[in-house]
Amino acid sequence: MSIERRDFLKALGAGGALAAVGGCATPGGTRVSGKVVIVGAGYGGATAAKYLSLWSNGGVDITVIEPNAEFISCPLSNLVIGGSKQLADITVGYDGLRKRGIKIVRDTATAIDADRRVVKLAAGAELPYDRLILSPGIDFLWKDVPSLDNPQAQATVLHAWKAGPQTVALRKQLEAMPDGGVYAISIPKAPYRCPPGPYERACQVAWYFKRAKPKSKVLILDGNEDVVSKKGLFMKAWNEEYKGIVEYRPNHVLIDVDVRTQTAKFETQDDVRATVLNVVPPMRAGNIAQQAGVITANNRWCEVDFLSFESIKVKSVHVLGDAIQIAPAMPKSAHMANQHAKVCAAAVLQLLAGQPVSPTPIITNTCYSFITDKEVVHVDSVHQYDREKKTFLTVQGSGGVSSAMSALEGDYAFAWAKNIWADTLT
Amino acid sequence: MRHFTVLMGTALVVAATAYAQTPDPNLARNIAAGCANCHGTNGVSQGGNPSLAGMSRQDLVAKMKEYKAGTRPATIMNQLAKGYSDEQIELVAGWFAAQPAK
Repeated sequence: MSIERRDFLKALGAGGALAAVGGCATPGGTRVSGKVVIVGAGYGGATAAKYLSLWSNGGVDITVIEPNAEFISCPLSNLVIGGSKQLADITVGYDGLRKRGIKIVRDTATAIDADRRVVKLAAGAELPYDRLILSPGIDFLWKDVPSLDNPQAQATVLHAWKAGPQTVALRKQLEAMPDGGVYAISIPKAPYRCPPGPYERACQVAWYFKRAKPKSKVLILDGNEDVVSKKGLFMKAWNEEYKGIVEYRPNHVLIDVDVRTQTAKFETQDDVRATVLNVVPPMRAGNIAQQAGVITANNRWCEVDFLSFESIKVKSVHVLGDAIQIAPAMPKSAHMANQHAKVCAAAVLQLLAGQPVSPTPIITNTCYSFITDKEVVHVDSVHQYDREKKTFLTVQGSGGVSSAMSALEGDYAFAWAKNIWADTLT
Repeated sequence: MRHFTVLMGTALVVAATAYAQTPDPNLARNIAAGCANCHGTNGVSQGGNPSLAGMSRQDLVAKMKEYKAGTRPATIMNQLAKGYSDEQIELVAGWFAAQPAK
């Protein structure tokens, strides 16, 4: 933003006059300029890029750093594992963002110099920024599963907790598994990316087994004391739709695996040998967050000011999505990451213009889980910012879950995907 | 009907006043952005869920209040509507009404 612009705004004074001017500038957006670099083009980063562009009428110079050529959705990826969808069905290109004038750099951010305000890339380039937005997703704490702390083991005992090649590889393992085999999924202690995801995956694998390999079993080895999300709905599915196929075992805290025999080892429980072992390892904010020094909670997550999603530690660096230390009852979900990004984009535009950020953000969560290939259940919630507690609080009496699985909600789930992909990526 | 119009007029003034006095000049836009995940950017749906862009303000407010009261059947909106204040519903409905329906 130019000095002239800043002086002009200052001359206008704070409060009502500015609000009126800003009000007139909407909905087309405020005229703001500046350089914003975004690391990660998943649900958080891509949405931030899109809304910064939309709300500044293309005034902000936006560069997104993303190692993958295309966006592959984690939501719906369990349908690829179950076999009712292909990877192509959940893949969207970045051309929609490019058409907005957003630069997408296919590279990996390796370091942040917060003093000089530059991002260093693996290929050697340095990108300067006025504001940096990190939406790095998650990386795994391999040291907590020592035998998996090498690439060969990770290619054998899959996580498939980042949609892409691992998703397809897990599908292939299930296809190759003889009927009568056991698929076991190990779930880490919460918080982890997508609380209902492991239970949905168990349902999708069971859906496949019921039709193609009816003598096979699904074993859920949960590191938590109980089902973390949509408990009643999932238990009902396992006791009815998938009776005799799915078995749920709580309090299974994984300590290691035997890669060769696909055996899971636990803190207190007996070893479990599977035909296909799927381990969702403990996780933390993505690697660049660690390098940037924005991980401030339990060596795992990034605490942010929820009015702007700016790191509480490093100035001018914002963090979105699964990488943040969540407020109470705020899940690590794609829908949430998209909503974080909009609060952040609005705040960044205000900050670039030298204006106060909104003191009253509100965000929602909606999360669908597929029980069968068509029948779906949901959980939703609304979170309003609380000025005194300086965090998002769920609104009393709002939110909830489905009364039962239904094909109607299946239609809504696919409509959700279509709309959020467009909202995030075009 | 005349009585209804007068009431709506009053609500508009109240909403407009709140808008002018709020420290967030983009409050309506920002709240509305939260609806876009399912109803499309600026309320223009890609299908499957209704577009909100260009919907009449009165209609949107009435539906949201019915969802909030639990008198309008739904899977999700009856739960989400309860998370918004009446003022927020008025603001967001006014914003969507002003958007071009493509």
